Amino acid sequence: MSDPTLLEVTDLVRHFPFREVQGLRMVKANVRAVDGISFTVRQGQTLGLVGESGCGKSTTARLVTRLDTPTSGSILFQGRDITTVKESQLRGIRRDIQMIFQDPYSSLNPRHTVGAILGTPLRVHGLHRGKEKQRVQQLLELVGLNPEHINRYPSEFSGGQRQRIGIARALAVEPKLIIADEPVSALDVSIQAQVMNLLATLRDELDLAFIFVAHDLGVVRHFCDQVAVMYLGKIVEYGDKRKIYEAPEHPYTQALLSAAPDINVARGIPPKERIRLVGDVPSPINPPSGCRFRTRCWKAQEVCATTEPPLVAAENDVALRGAREGGLHRHACHFPEVKTHLVAEVEPA
Amino acid sequence: MSTAFGSPGAQTTAEATHPGDVVLDVVDLTVTFPTEEGQVRAVSNLTYQARLGRTLAIVGESGSGKSVSSMAVLGLHNPKRTTITGSIRLDGQELVGAPRSTFERIRSQKVAMVFQDPQSSLHPFYKVGKQIAEAYRAHHNVSRAVAEKRAVEMLDLVGIPNPQRRAHQYPHEFSGGMRQRAMIALGLVNDPKLLIADEPTTALDVTVQAQILDLINELQKEFGSAVILITHDLAVVAETADDILVMYAGRGVEKGYAKEVLAQPSMPYTYGLLQSLPSHSEDVHELKAIPGSPPSLLKLPSGCSFHPRCSFKDQVPGDACWTQLPEWRPTPGLANRQVRCHLPDPVATLRQDEGIR
Ligand SMILES: Nc1ncnc2c1ncn2[C@@H]1O[C@H](COP(=O)(O)OP(=O)(O)OP(=O)(O)O)[C@@H](O)[C@H]1O
Ligand SMILES: Nc1ncnc2c1ncn2[C@@H]1O[C@H](COP(=O)(O)OP(=O)(O)OP(=O)(O)O)[C@@H](O)[C@H]1O
Ligand code: SF4
Ligand SMILES: [Mg+2]
Ligand SMILES: [Mg+2]
Repeated sequence: MSDPTLLEVTDLVRHFPFREVQGLRMVKANVRAVDGISFTVRQGQTLGLVGESGCGKSTTARLVTRLDTPTSGSILFQGRDITTVKESQLRGIRRDIQMIFQDPYSSLNPRHTVGAILGTPLRVHGLHRGKEKQRVQQLLELVGLNPEHINRYPSEFSGGQRQRIGIARALAVEPKLIIADEPVSALDVSIQAQVMNLLATLRDELDLAFIFVAHDLGVVRHFCDQVAVMYLGKIVEYGDKRKIYEAPEHPYTQALLSAAPDINVARGIPPKERIRLVGDVPSPINPPSGCRFRTRCWKAQEVCATTEPPLVAAENDVALRGAREGGLHRHACHFPEVKTHLVAEVEPA
Repeated sequence: MSTAFGSPGAQTTAEATHPGDVVLDVVDLTVTFPTEEGQVRAVSNLTYQARLGRTLAIVGESGSGKSVSSMAVLGLHNPKRTTITGSIRLDGQELVGAPRSTFERIRSQKVAMVFQDPQSSLHPFYKVGKQIAEAYRAHHNVSRAVAEKRAVEMLDLVGIPNPQRRAHQYPHEFSGGMRQRAMIALGLVNDPKLLIADEPTTALDVTVQAQILDLINELQKEFGSAVILITHDLAVVAETADDILVMYAGRGVEKGYAKEVLAQPSMPYTYGLLQSLPSHSEDVHELKAIPGSPPSLLKLPSGCSFHPRCSFKDQVPGDACWTQLPEWRPTPGLANRQVRCHLPDPVATLRQDEGIR
């Protein structure tokens, strides 16, 4: 916990303005993709972002990498405010914060060799001058590819290998923070584990911090130290992985965890309690007042429609959790309540 | 008829009417596509059956032939650019080599398909209710009003709120989860005997996925049809399927009762897949990955297609894994289980490995 804070995000907002015709008038409206979120990432730490499609995970990722500019809020990287720095000043940040994309097919230029793909960032940042080729080969080796394949094109590699190239490219400039947006979901099931293992090894060896976006809750649990659960542009629960998975307090987190199908059913373990949400996620253009989850929440009361619950430290349940060590745990709910056993308990190995 | 994979063709001459009857009987199905680089053998000698009232899950890597084999059942391949051999019998009727008119008749009357992307079967320019009503009228001699009433009932059945109002909306006015429901309503309006759902929830969130899978299960109970569920999510299989067929590189490699196969796999690829899962419950440091990557369908490996990645081939005497394609055979001690693997006693070998790890 004493690792220095790398990234500090406060009240981050990104609205996408658009116009639409309502009746006979043109009205301005906003897609409130990210609507006031705060979190921190320390050196060597991994934060997982989970939540339903469209809740703002990728938008958050793009804001932190500064591929997009926030509407408001602040992003501090190593204490330096990078919220609105201009393109010309972004070079240093581009080096320290790298992104790994979901799609290993479209994120690599098909007309460039692997050598060119990995060599370009080195040249742009003036790294390993005169020794670029050795560095590229070293990078290929680092991600488990054959260094002799430096002259091959992306099409000559399998999906898993291409994702490794994407990872090598991110690592080329020796970043401190890597944003991985669904890095394994486009890969074959049998390949996902290879790539996850690679990311874990690199994280440990290079003391990298990660923001890891994924919809697979199992993968997130395996890889992350902390987890932020998002719903409609807000963080609804945030904390150490064990708190989130083993003693979630926000109804949405509970529903999300309980909805994930569980393979243990095949091993005769009775199906866990299922919370079935009704309806769909409301539109981010016109989100519900108060708590955004209230339209689907089985606990909602009047106050939920009138007052937005702030993200506060969870404390109701300290006694209950007793033995479990303390740590970060926040939720945004008027009626938090611990629910356990939403994911199968750790089995004896 | 106690086994889900009895002898092929056993009771397919008569129409399937009782739970457990074979509706779809696929024998030695092979699908090849000629391409510039050569023959792509997408499906090789595939044999399986689907039965009334049961859900068969077809699982496997991307590109293992899951969709191509199901599309053959529906006659969705371009006959000029596809070679299909073997036999596909739906309710006793042979479909390999059947004319277009046959497929047009069976689609929506006997078989319905739900795709990953609902966009692909809902027409963007017609109101949802009208599309369902027209599909119904195509096979029932009823008035428009009656068909439209039926469409509203179907929308209600699949859990769409305000079905009356929703019937008058266009697909783009529906959310992803609702579109998927509407497509299921469209698929079921003519009470098909077989529903093929190809990754029906992959594009959806877990909470919506759970709703849709529940829905398919409930509807199956109500209609008693056979369901083929194509997915790569083994946890979904564990919770929804009765039977399972595991595919690798265009071939079936293991089949049996779904829960049993997942609890006790007896073919190295199935075993490897299960081992590589970051099971929600375990905080292990390293995932147990299957080394290597799936083979090219242009040039399948000799012998067992899985041998380049298999860590058990050394336990097979001789060089059978390299030279001989394993035939289907029952697994000693496991009822209703068939595998394609040369290991003399796969269960013991894999169990021992699990103990060591
Ligand atoms: N450039 C844009 N213009 C307008 N709206 C946008 C834009 N980018 C994203 N959005 C909207 O912002 C919301 C959040 O999108 P985002 O891509 O961040 O979601 P996500 O959590 O990554 O979802 P998924 O899990 O599907 O990837 C969505 O409603 C999306 O449609
Ligand atoms: N028309 C075609 N021409 C040539 N090759 C094809 C054609 N259609 C499919 N294929 C190939 O056949 C193989 C099997 O494809 P299929 O779509 O059945 O895979 P799948 O198991 O459904 O995979 P996924 O999980 O990715 O959906 C793939 O390698 C695919 O590229
Ligand atoms: S046949 Fe041989 S190579 Fe194939 S799965 Fe069995 S042991 Fe492995
Ligand atoms: Mg996204
Ligand atoms: Mg497919």
